[in-house]
Amino acid sequence: MIELQDVYKTYADGGMALSGITLRIERNEFAYIVGPSGAGKSTLMKLIYREERPSKGTIFVNNFNLAKLSHGKIPYLRRNIGVVFQDFKLLPRMTAYENIAFAMEVIEAPMRVVKRRTAEVLDLVKLTDRANAYPSQLSGGEQQRVAIARAIVNKPLVIVADEPTGNLDPETSWDIMKLLEEINFRGATIVMATHNKEIVNTMRKRVIAIEQGSVVRDELKGEYGYEN
Amino acid sequence: MRISTVARHFREGFRSIWRNGWMAFATISSIAICLLVLGVFVLIAVNVNHVTNNIEQNIEIRVFLDVGFPPAKVPVVQDQIGSIPGVKYIEFIPKAIGLQRLREQLGEDGKKLLETQKNIPNPIPDAFLVKVYEPRQVEDVANRILLLNEGAEPAPIMKVNYGAKTVRMLFNVIDMIRYIGVVLIVALTVMTMFLIANTIKITIIARRSEISIMKLVGATHNFIRWPFFVEGVLLGALGALIPIVLIVVFYGQLLTYAQNAQDEGNFLYVLLSPGYAFMPWVAFSLVALGQVMGIWGSMLSIRRYLKV
Repeated sequence: MIELQDVYKTYADGGMALSGITLRIERNEFAYIVGPSGAGKSTLMKLIYREERPSKGTIFVNNFNLAKLSHGKIPYLRRNIGVVFQDFKLLPRMTAYENIAFAMEVIEAPMRVVKRRTAEVLDLVKLTDRANAYPSQLSGGEQQRVAIARAIVNKPLVIVADEPTGNLDPETSWDIMKLLEEINFRGATIVMATHNKEIVNTMRKRVIAIEQGSVVRDELKGEYGYEN
Repeated sequence: MRISTVARHFREGFRSIWRNGWMAFATISSIAICLLVLGVFVLIAVNVNHVTNNIEQNIEIRVFLDVGFPPAKVPVVQDQIGSIPGVKYIEFIPKAIGLQRLREQLGEDGKKLLETQKNIPNPIPDAFLVKVYEPRQVEDVANRILLLNEGAEPAPIMKVNYGAKTVRMLFNVIDMIRYIGVVLIVALTVMTMFLIANTIKITIIARRSEISIMKLVGATHNFIRWPFFVEGVLLGALGALIPIVLIVVFYGQLLTYAQNAQDEGNFLYVLLSPGYAFMPWVAFSLVALGQVMGIWGSMLSIRRYLKV
């Protein structure tokens, strides 16, 4: 599903973000990416949804060869990947409903399919009654649920979540995690970067630890392993 | 593209204007103000052109025949002049009619003057009135008419009169006015475009994050671009509408006022170009210009932020 082969990433300013990462995440897996700040977690995520290009090495995501992917094809890769961020990244001038529907309009889904499916995911994230609210009128947890609904509305094979609970209180964080687990249960592969020790230790999924741009630990049913 | 997608782009374009109320207001206002200034200037230019055209069209050549020239040969000379390229119209004015016309021109005031001359023979020679197609050819045609004297016995022409110096000066002034007009219109258009590009750029900078989010969700460049394009078209159209309405109403009022004032001896109305002739053209240009500005402005500014 996701395969990195000896991947290096050096930024234009000379900073080395990743050095020699080889990694394979199977279909329907749930993997945490952990490690200290600046270890390269976010860079790894960005490489997966092709926000950044590897300096060296090959990356395959859903059979797309990212090292050779032309600019024009990037949108088509992203339609197979749902992304969720710490800061939600919702379109401020669109309602919750419109934010979710937007992801379907992008793939030119027929109007009635958009309506049906958007209502479906709104129900899944339990926001049906907040459908017409703008992001500024929603709480952090609600905004993140909208973002997750948007990420899954096209039934992507992969969900990439970069610290999705970073801005949320513990209780809301658990709601979001239950939601992600449910999505994983329904068949999506999930890669999630996090600093949340409690969540990682409780959920007992695969844990990949990165330090200074290299994988230092990779355990199935792993633990967080750092003192926050 | 699916029809529902096209509909979606139009819906988003309209909606975006509505939701960005103040920014849209700023853009529409700046387009409107610039086009209004431009429109008023075009109005002035059209009228200056109208007046100068009138003057140009009234330029004519008077060919006075030699006093002793035999009347039987007059039609031959008339044909000769008539066949000079560029001559539009030629009319023979016998001395009697010439005098009569002079009387009419002088009117009541001149009557007395002419009375005193009653007993001397008609001093006015036979003449041709010649008009040319292209006012600028008048000097050339006049010279060719004079050439008819060469080798002709007796020489038919006493004098050719077209106000040489006055005409030349007039053309110089008219040319200058036109050049200044063209330069000013071009300068104003360029200035307007920069103003609008800037306004729209500010709008788009505000949306930079929006565009990057759209790209994260898998929107293609064209998908992102279309609603902005629709928005640019709308902003341009709305921005053009205001000055068009103002200009049409204002010029209509001016024409009405001038027409009424005509009875009081004010001949402004004669100088004004009638609106129906050029108003559609001005309106069309302003709309087209508004569109170009709106579309160009939004496309130019969005291009930079698509490279996320």
